[in-house]
Amino acid sequence: MSADGRSVATNRRQFLIGVGLVTGGAAAGLALRPTLVGGQMLAGSGAGFQPHAFVRIGSDDSITIIIGKSEMGQGVYTGLPTILAEELDVNPQRVRVEIAGVDPAFNHPFMPAQFTGGSMSVMTTYDALRRVGAHARRALLEAAAAEWSVDVGSLSSNDGLITDQQGRSLRYGALAEAAANRSLPSSDAVTLKDPRDFKYIGKPQRRLDNLVKVTGQAEFGIDVVRPGMLTAVIARPPAFGAQLRKVDDKAARKIKGVVDVQTIPSGVAVIANNTWSALRGRDALLLDWDLGAAADLSSDKLREQWRALAQRPGLVGKNVGDVAAALNSAARKIDVEYELPYLAHACMEPLNAVAEVVGDRCELWLGTQSQSQDARFVAAALQIDPSKVRINTCFLGGGFGRRASADSDFAIEAALVAKRMGKPIKVVWTREDDNRGGYYRPMSINRIRAAIGSDGMPSAFQHVTVSKPVLANTAMGKMAVSKEGLDPSTIEGSADMPYAMPNLRVEVHNTTEAVPILWWRSVGHSITAFTTESTIDELAALAGRDPYQYRRELLKEKPQHLAVLDRAALEAGWGKPLPAGRHRGIALHESFGSIVAQVAEVSIVAGEVQVHRVTCAVDCGLAINPDQVAAQMESGIIYGLSAALTGEINIERGGAVEGNFDTYPVTRIAESPAIDVHIVNSGGPIGGIGEPGTPPIAPAICNALYAATGQRIRRLPIVKYLKT
Amino acid sequence: MISLKVNGVQREVEAEADMPLLWALRDVLQLTGTKYGCGIAQCGACTVHLNGQPVRSCSIPVAAAAGAEITTIEGLAKGDELHPVQKAWIELDVVQCGYCQSGQIMSAVALLETNDNPTDGDIDNAMNGNICRCGTYPRIRAAIKRAAQIKRGDAAA
Repeated sequence: MSADGRSVATNRRQFLIGVGLVTGGAAAGLALRPTLVGGQMLAGSGAGFQPHAFVRIGSDDSITIIIGKSEMGQGVYTGLPTILAEELDVNPQRVRVEIAGVDPAFNHPFMPAQFTGGSMSVMTTYDALRRVGAHARRALLEAAAAEWSVDVGSLSSNDGLITDQQGRSLRYGALAEAAANRSLPSSDAVTLKDPRDFKYIGKPQRRLDNLVKVTGQAEFGIDVVRPGMLTAVIARPPAFGAQLRKVDDKAARKIKGVVDVQTIPSGVAVIANNTWSALRGRDALLLDWDLGAAADLSSDKLREQWRALAQRPGLVGKNVGDVAAALNSAARKIDVEYELPYLAHACMEPLNAVAEVVGDRCELWLGTQSQSQDARFVAAALQIDPSKVRINTCFLGGGFGRRASADSDFAIEAALVAKRMGKPIKVVWTREDDNRGGYYRPMSINRIRAAIGSDGMPSAFQHVTVSKPVLANTAMGKMAVSKEGLDPSTIEGSADMPYAMPNLRVEVHNTTEAVPILWWRSVGHSITAFTTESTIDELAALAGRDPYQYRRELLKEKPQHLAVLDRAALEAGWGKPLPAGRHRGIALHESFGSIVAQVAEVSIVAGEVQVHRVTCAVDCGLAINPDQVAAQMESGIIYGLSAALTGEINIERGGAVEGNFDTYPVTRIAESPAIDVHIVNSGGPIGGIGEPGTPPIAPAICNALYAATGQRIRRLPIVKYLKT
Repeated sequence: MISLKVNGVQREVEAEADMPLLWALRDVLQLTGTKYGCGIAQCGACTVHLNGQPVRSCSIPVAAAAGAEITTIEGLAKGDELHPVQKAWIELDVVQCGYCQSGQIMSAVALLETNDNPTDGDIDNAMNGNICRCGTYPRIRAAIKRAAQIKRGDAAA
């Protein structure tokens, strides 16, 4: 076995972290969960050799890889097994994927919790999964060596078959029992593959969840059925912070199928034999709400206050050079305001949860990104010990951050109703409940003053941003936010912009409105990419320079960024003639360890913006599955396109106006551009891929619209604020 | 009791006449492959076939479906033999979260029943009622063309 110079021994501490915790997992009795086998769901199988929580080799030669990250479309049920399978040396296409229970073995390396988010699944588990796979392979090799009385170094493996120099061979399955009866190899004995010998990593790999998802068999949270289960829908407050004064449920209780009506903290739950009866029962409720202070809350009023705030100095998040002096002395400068609205995540699967409470125990079936926190919060709500809460993770019909709830809202209410009813309960959110339920991307008002010097290059960039801070309003706030109140998610992508900027100052005003906000695919980056990349484009225009060449010059000292920018421009044919009426715009943004550049090609026909084509270049380091990297870029672009073109949640009288896809339109296939994705690997560390595709698209489109119309779009969504 | 013929099987459904077909399928018959997404025929996640026509089951009362041939995603494959659209979806790795894909596939199958060689424009027209928040649209376009190829090949074979 060749090593890449990093034998496991040199990483012994990390290795032990992985394997040590796993033992705990096995001792805790990991629940057997349904298993994806060759794309089909089968009951899990417990027999065989399981050296740690992550892999099990069955005597029937099955290879089961247990994944603790949540699958919300981003491909973790394919990418993570591929990494382990590479070192175990089996073809990922024949492994089983088992959805893990909740166990410290699957905790995020940065926090004592099982959590999926921040585009971190591959980058934080790559090394550990490789070691675990290599360790299991070593154990099988040692078992074979003992069986044949040969030196373990004389054996080789290929796709689950071990062969010795005399041509004898054994399948992994045939060695599983022997391996299980031996002591595990020392970590010193384990070496990793030379990446040049990778058979599966770095090559397109078909998704392992394809079959269950094209046949309707994948079980999402909303699909879970428990014996004796009832369905609840909840009448929720019409405004954030509204208090219930009075409930008249007489008519609701008369609706056929309605079983009960229960008031819980999040609203009035109508519990019925089926969803339709629950919905009709909810329609029949007569509720009196006290809006209180919320009656005065509106996006318009916030905008008015925040625009004034943006004129005043804020908390300093970044200060390089002397922005004030540079602005004062500049002859050519801008002083502009950029605004972005609240946005709902609008996952295709509306929020839901199934809960069952028996005695002091609670079991939940959730499409969640945040299992450990959900367990803790549900336990607190039920006043039971967190160890008595068991969570079964389902497929997530989209997540985008919403299913990593700041306060486990959707899990808690199901548990509370289940406890009251003494029966399994499924709480279904309607689309309107979901869209009006808050936890939005923050509304954001930004004042930007920037200047160029006599050479045309930027001499000053001052960004004052006003919004409700995201991390500060989650359980991560304590860890992430400075004692002065600076939330890194508010300034990410602005304070650390890659462009050479001699004088840069970023200031923050933290707001506290009652509208709940949350991380929304790429967190602060979809806001700061819009403000930064639009401003750079403004400065290029002010200097009379080509926006691509202008960025090139600003990235002279950043070869990785430059390579990505150049690749996008090259593939898009930047500078080459376009059909009449078509225009290009460019943007680049780094987030979650990956650099993405996009060129959007747009036209305006009869007042309608059409995005015809998006060319995307990405450097995420090693692409485990290049095809899924492309898929995530396509996904991030179209998600960001919805936001840029039409996405807007307005608050009036304390509540969200837009409830469903008729008033909260999202991109449909006819509006969807052709997208080509180019992967640039500069050899840097592995970056994330679920989120970084989203930030650049709004500025790329707006910059193209500027090229088309001379109009700078400083407020989103485009369809509302582009004058045609 | 309302009598429904779903995927070739006669089923008796105890439901109010005005219950949308979607909830009768999901809650009463436990055919959960058909998804709830919006409830107002905006997103297409609930698309099923009624006598071969694609319809939004969230907006059709179950009583109106009595006597019709209803096909859901669960009834598309013939035994282990997947429909050409399902095969193409796998070949091109269309799915991401997968939640909208039952509806997407049912709409695509209906399109190919009447058009064996759809253009991008035909696809956009037929599929514009199906929302995907993961943004699988470029692959859906490619997969429908691939499915048309497979289907034409099957027919020739």
